[in-house]
Amino acid sequence: MAGSSARFDRWYRRVVIGVPYLWLIVFLAIPFLIVLRISLSQTELAQPPYSPVFDLSAGWQGVKNFVSALSFENFKTLFGDWLYVSSYVRSLTVAAISTLILLVIGVPIAYGMARSPRWLQPMLVMAVILPFWTAFLIRIYAWINILQRDGLLNDLLLALGVISEPLTWLATDTAIFIGIVYSYLPFMVLPLYAAFEKMDDTLLEAAADLGCPRWKAFWLVTLPLAVPGIIAGSLLCFIPVVGEFVIPDLLGGSDSLFIGQTLWTEFFSNKDWPVASALATILLAILLVPIMIYQHMQSRSLERR
Amino acid sequence: MPDDPAGASGRSSSSPMVQFDAVTKRFGGFTAVDHVSLDIGRGEFFALLGPSGCGKTTLLRMLAGFEQPDAGRILLDGTDIVRVPPYERPVNMMFQSYALFPHLTVAGNVAFGLRQDGWNRADIDARVKEMLALVKLSDFAHRKPHQLSGGQRQRVALARALAKSPKVFLLDEPLGALDKKLRDETQFELTALQQRLGLSFIIVTHDQEEAMTMAGRIGVMHAGKLVQVGTPAEIYEEPQTRWVAEFIGDINLFEGKVVDYGGRLATVDTASGSFDVASKGNVQEGDTVCVAVRPEKVAIHRAEPSDRENVLHGKIVDIAYLGDLSVYKTRLDNGALIRASVANIDRHAATMLQRGDAAWLSFAPDAGVLIRS
Repeated sequence: MAGSSARFDRWYRRVVIGVPYLWLIVFLAIPFLIVLRISLSQTELAQPPYSPVFDLSAGWQGVKNFVSALSFENFKTLFGDWLYVSSYVRSLTVAAISTLILLVIGVPIAYGMARSPRWLQPMLVMAVILPFWTAFLIRIYAWINILQRDGLLNDLLLALGVISEPLTWLATDTAIFIGIVYSYLPFMVLPLYAAFEKMDDTLLEAAADLGCPRWKAFWLVTLPLAVPGIIAGSLLCFIPVVGEFVIPDLLGGSDSLFIGQTLWTEFFSNKDWPVASALATILLAILLVPIMIYQHMQSRSLERR
Repeated sequence: MPDDPAGASGRSSSSPMVQFDAVTKRFGGFTAVDHVSLDIGRGEFFALLGPSGCGKTTLLRMLAGFEQPDAGRILLDGTDIVRVPPYERPVNMMFQSYALFPHLTVAGNVAFGLRQDGWNRADIDARVKEMLALVKLSDFAHRKPHQLSGGQRQRVALARALAKSPKVFLLDEPLGALDKKLRDETQFELTALQQRLGLSFIIVTHDQEEAMTMAGRIGVMHAGKLVQVGTPAEIYEEPQTRWVAEFIGDINLFEGKVVDYGGRLATVDTASGSFDVASKGNVQEGDTVCVAVRPEKVAIHRAEPSDRENVLHGKIVDIAYLGDLSVYKTRLDNGALIRASVANIDRHAATMLQRGDAAWLSFAPDAGVLIRS
């Protein structure tokens, strides 16, 4: 029965490989193609709210009409209007600054976790994950309470005598950064912790043996070896922060919008699906760059094994 | 145990490079190193030999500065270094795992220590070149450690540790990760290197063959204590404790009592018979002792020999043919099991005695060693 078992083997292998591809096609490729197709359409006051609409009954002529009606008009609009460009710039800047802040806070936390006693480490990891047990939206709403004029933060600062008048926190960039750093810290800490935790302590002894004091060994040995973790954590934070909608909407002001907010406005307030789709397409193109860097790093570190 | 386990050979003539002075190290309730005193001379190749957990690595790590002794002093070239942090000690170590920096190239690894000492670029480059030539890795300067074989990595670790010209070079189980053939080659290379550089080498190993091949002197450790120090021949031929005798090589032991002591020859009554054994005056009549005889010093005969002393009778229960020699396991009439190894000088010698044959064994009085229990 060798023949049938070989056939089963082949069949089994195809199914196993096929499932993730199927998943990607159904939930990534097809939705993206739909978005792309809408981004090339014109807005209409109709159902659906764009044209052209694909008409199968017209046959080959219908396909030709459909394709010829598609255009890049929406993309031209986006680049011609400072409102859209500034949204992208703002999202990318805030994401970059947030990622830096997250790194500066996350590295000592992760390093401290990795250096603490073995028995304590699972509990510390648990503590990092713990906030996920409460819904994200509720936690951001909680920050509104903390940051508002008569909120906890001002009460605390007044009680400590740091300030004499309540400060305005809400609707400022500071509030946005606080919200982002708070929400994304676990995504920064966990990959960093994983990188620090698997570090071979003998390497630090070797560094000391060769004349390198502890603090210097951190820069010369520990950090360079944690680069994959640093990149993973940075991308895990940077990419979703660029598309962040809830935090700037709830904690930030209304003067300048994140790309997520602009997209939302186009889609739900202006009912301009084609422009919203074009915004999303460009956002995806921008984010592909760091994702590809990440992929490249991943495959390189895999080769090393 | 004798009061001075290091014995006469434990002290070297010129002022020692390394001195352990009553060093003790405890981990919780476990005493890893127990009151160890040891001098290691300039340009000496010294081996710390013992089973795993005997404290040899801890002793080495205290010298490197990775562990702090709980009591005692460690002197390097006459200076107490207990308070000196590892990065300021003029000793370098080759780690068992090699501990090469995976993010640096071979040249970067070798240059690491020199950079810490603030050498200028040109000097570093020249020194790295020199060290890589020394370990025959000049063509691999730009490789990363993961692109090297085990033997090549070992040589990078060697070059890295030697680049700074340490006063003492420490090797922690340096050959453990290499295969047999490479290990043999590396043993001779290390010995040659040590003679060429004239540095003090201290090697930690659990492999007696490794220690015997390379070291000029061996310190045998057991349960945190230094039990015997001496040349490989002294350790092998004159073990001072039963433990050392059993740890190093194969040995036959007969427990008994000294019934007669005539200056140079002691007569010992054992369960297997009465033996005459040469003695250097370390026993008295009535002492409980162990007669220790190495298998290669036991002769085997097919008929009862008339001209031999210390003759035993038994039956061969097993023959291990090892090519160059054969080991005969003989069950004595009283049930004791004795090993005799015979070099197969004659191509047909191995076929002369068979399992189940009766055999007579004998050993010369000076072949046996008396060990006080």
